[in-house]
Amino acid sequence: MSNLKLRVGIILGLIAASIWALAPRTVVELKRGPNGEPVYNIDSLPVLDTTRRVPLREGLDLQGGIHLELEPDESKGAIANRSDAIDRALTVVRTRIDAFGVTEPVVQKVGTDRIIVELPGVDDPARARSIVEQSAFLQFQIVDKTQALDKVIPRIDQILKTKGIGSVAASPGVAPANGVAGLFSAPTDTGAKAAGTQKGAEKGAEKGAPKGAAGAKAAGGKPDSSAPADTGALAALTGGAFSKIVQQGQMPGEYYVAKSDMGTVGRYLAIPDVVAALPPGKVIRWSSDSVSLAGRTYKAFYVLDARPIATGENLIDAKPMSDPTEGTLVTFQLNREGGRRFQIETGRHIKDYMAIVLDTLAMGRPPVIEGAIGTRGQITMGGRDLQAAQDLALVLRAGALPVPLKVVDMRAIGASLGQDSVRAGIRAGIIAVTLVIVIMLGYYRFSGLLAVGGLLLYVLYTLAVLAGFDAVLTLPGLAGFVLSIGIAVDANVLIFERIREEMDHGKTIRTAIDEGFRHAMSAIIDSNVTTALTAAVLYQYGTGPIRGFAVTLIAGILASMVTSIFVVRTFFSLWLARTRGTQALSI
Amino acid sequence: MIRIFHGTHYDFIKAWRIMAITTVVFIVIGIGSLLVRGLHYSIDFTGGTLVQLRFTTAPDVGRLRSALDRGGVHDAEIQAFGSDKEYTVRAQGAGSTAQTGSADAVALQVEGVLDREFGHDSYRVVRSEAVSARVGGELRRNALIAILISFGVTLLYLAIRFEWRFGVAADLATLHDILTTLAFIKLMNIEISLTVVAAILTVIGYSMNDTIIIFDRVRENLRRRRREPLYDTLNRSVNETLPRSVMTHLTALAATLALLIFAGEVIRPFAWVMAFGIVTGTFSSIYVAAPVLLWIERRWPREAAQGGGASARAESRRAVRTEPEGRAAKVPAGGAAPLA
Repeated sequence: MSNLKLRVGIILGLIAASIWALAPRTVVELKRGPNGEPVYNIDSLPVLDTTRRVPLREGLDLQGGIHLELEPDESKGAIANRSDAIDRALTVVRTRIDAFGVTEPVVQKVGTDRIIVELPGVDDPARARSIVEQSAFLQFQIVDKTQALDKVIPRIDQILKTKGIGSVAASPGVAPANGVAGLFSAPTDTGAKAAGTQKGAEKGAEKGAPKGAAGAKAAGGKPDSSAPADTGALAALTGGAFSKIVQQGQMPGEYYVAKSDMGTVGRYLAIPDVVAALPPGKVIRWSSDSVSLAGRTYKAFYVLDARPIATGENLIDAKPMSDPTEGTLVTFQLNREGGRRFQIETGRHIKDYMAIVLDTLAMGRPPVIEGAIGTRGQITMGGRDLQAAQDLALVLRAGALPVPLKVVDMRAIGASLGQDSVRAGIRAGIIAVTLVIVIMLGYYRFSGLLAVGGLLLYVLYTLAVLAGFDAVLTLPGLAGFVLSIGIAVDANVLIFERIREEMDHGKTIRTAIDEGFRHAMSAIIDSNVTTALTAAVLYQYGTGPIRGFAVTLIAGILASMVTSIFVVRTFFSLWLARTRGTQALSI
Repeated sequence: MIRIFHGTHYDFIKAWRIMAITTVVFIVIGIGSLLVRGLHYSIDFTGGTLVQLRFTTAPDVGRLRSALDRGGVHDAEIQAFGSDKEYTVRAQGAGSTAQTGSADAVALQVEGVLDREFGHDSYRVVRSEAVSARVGGELRRNALIAILISFGVTLLYLAIRFEWRFGVAADLATLHDILTTLAFIKLMNIEISLTVVAAILTVIGYSMNDTIIIFDRVRENLRRRRREPLYDTLNRSVNETLPRSVMTHLTALAATLALLIFAGEVIRPFAWVMAFGIVTGTFSSIYVAAPVLLWIERRWPREAAQGGGASARAESRRAVRTEPEGRAAKVPAGGAAPLA
């Protein structure tokens, strides 16, 4: 009896766990239009939306989206080191996709020379393709220190006001204007300087890490601290729509914006009158990094000199290194022509900051220039780990040796088609369940009812396993699930038929049930294991939708074993305990 | 208690000859036509471009075809997809895409043609797929490897769980299922896509499952009725498991029909293959697996197997061992005469 209580407890526990796994929760996903198509904002970036829904992840074929496979394009010349080339390309593609702002994008390397990109919900293949195929462009640009933007902020506020975007437009919930900059205390700063003495570098004979590193103290030290203080005053002064959501950062030319306001700022900066008012000879670039603070995420943007002091073309190589005195750093090497120009420019900009801009994104915080840099330079990472140095070196190499990519496989599923599939799949599922229930109830009567109870739990458990493992539900997966509903009752059928046979042999109901379950067991296990093996092979060799199918199949097998062997068995025991074996079994 | 096919004593095995002829004829026709004209592969495997279009009003297919032809998309295969407003355009285009670099060039070309001919707002691209020939080749190879491996793995599992002769019989039944399913696919002119390959693998699993259920009963009856000829044991086992077979195939078929009718165009090929698989899987468990087992028993009587098979584990020897030598030799002479 206590055994029975334990069994019931386990079943109830599983139900509770399943309901918890399937409980609607808050997710951030793309905002959808009436036909399921994504909604784009004025910068043609997808708009995100927070909703509550059941946490079942849909594959691209159900929610719509784009799947791309890319390979290095060698039609315009062979690529020497394919493995490194694909790593460089991966960095560029990942940076761009992250900037694109899709939720849960997939950017991964498969094999040695292919990149897979998946953009759930996006419906514009031409655009997705241009994003990934464009070759990388790297520039070194000096961060503006003349507070050129500060000077025109009142003007921008004015323009916005005349456009009717008064202070009313400022998004609610913005942190108080003053003090935000101060919250970003003690950033780990980075510094750039010449590697070794200039002479040594020119000869190319210097070992990677110079010793002494005169003036290296600045790396990790405090940046110019004069600027941040007056931000609050600025905002208070004008109270304009723009100044209200933009906070000055710690270095001149650095500004922070709450991530939720990024779109607004982008929109303001695209208004023609505002563009005209921006300081000439400067450009504004968002940072690739974001900072989390007091539960809010902030993005930085930088005001940079439009003219680069060097570009990727001037760069020959970059390597991450670890140095005992200076921590992790990245060394880079420029060609002769680039080095000459770089030396003059960096010499002129000592103590200024230099942004490393890939395409249109500033990669991380700009390092401070600590001295004139010739053909060889190094960037100290200010206490960040080797991974960060590797990433930065990869960015530099990506700019130095851009990898042309070509699309070898592209699948774009419209969101409306996906929704049709989901609707049709659910309809087929409901009909399948109904038919199976009718067959089981009609044939096995009361026992059939127990099996139906088991079947409903089977559906619940399977979905819970899928949600729990964050598995992706695809269209073939949905079909496999519907099919498995028909096959899941097989175990019950086996057991019931066996019970009937045992009853024919004149056994008591209690014994017949015991024997029925016991004898059917070997067949159930053998047949389920073979199906699971097939599913495992499918998972190993399948791609995308087929993997989804395999996962659904495996989840189904697990759930079916549990329900048929354990749950239905417990139902029978409960019935036996109630009737004390006095009643005939309706089977 | 409602009972169907209860306590039956059909002599299933007796009809093996006519069944064998039927299935061999079916396979020869199907596979023969397959060998002569090849299978119809989807672009997953051949490479090429597929664009699915949803028009606001039903377009004139002739106009669509000639527009595409004029626009440089030659030999496009245009098919209605579910309704007269929805079409798929398939261009092999592997050759031309190799030159232009990117696989989706043809898809863009198709859109350009349609914009000019029908106007940008008269249609929507709901799906577009472009696969380069190389990726197609890889997928084809992977699909073949998947089928072979799952075949091998199940053989291994059966060899461990049952005696080798059961494993061989079950695998021959599965091989039969693969051949008949391929023949069916060819005769129905179903396009082989990744989803259809998944369906074929599911059929393998399902059929193996069905064979195992019957063999499990054979194993049990061999243990219980040591004096019964194998021919009778097989018939008894098939008859005893008949109600289960009917019920399970019924529910599986119900789910498959629900998919076939209600789950939409994309899933239909999967459902067709699966529906056929249920039929052929059931057939092969009775008419391939069982006769093959009998045949093996006649060629390699049980005692010989034990003598030579040090690999046969003690447990399985105990489980399967039934007749003394003399009886085993007599089996084919008695019940299984047709097999001689």
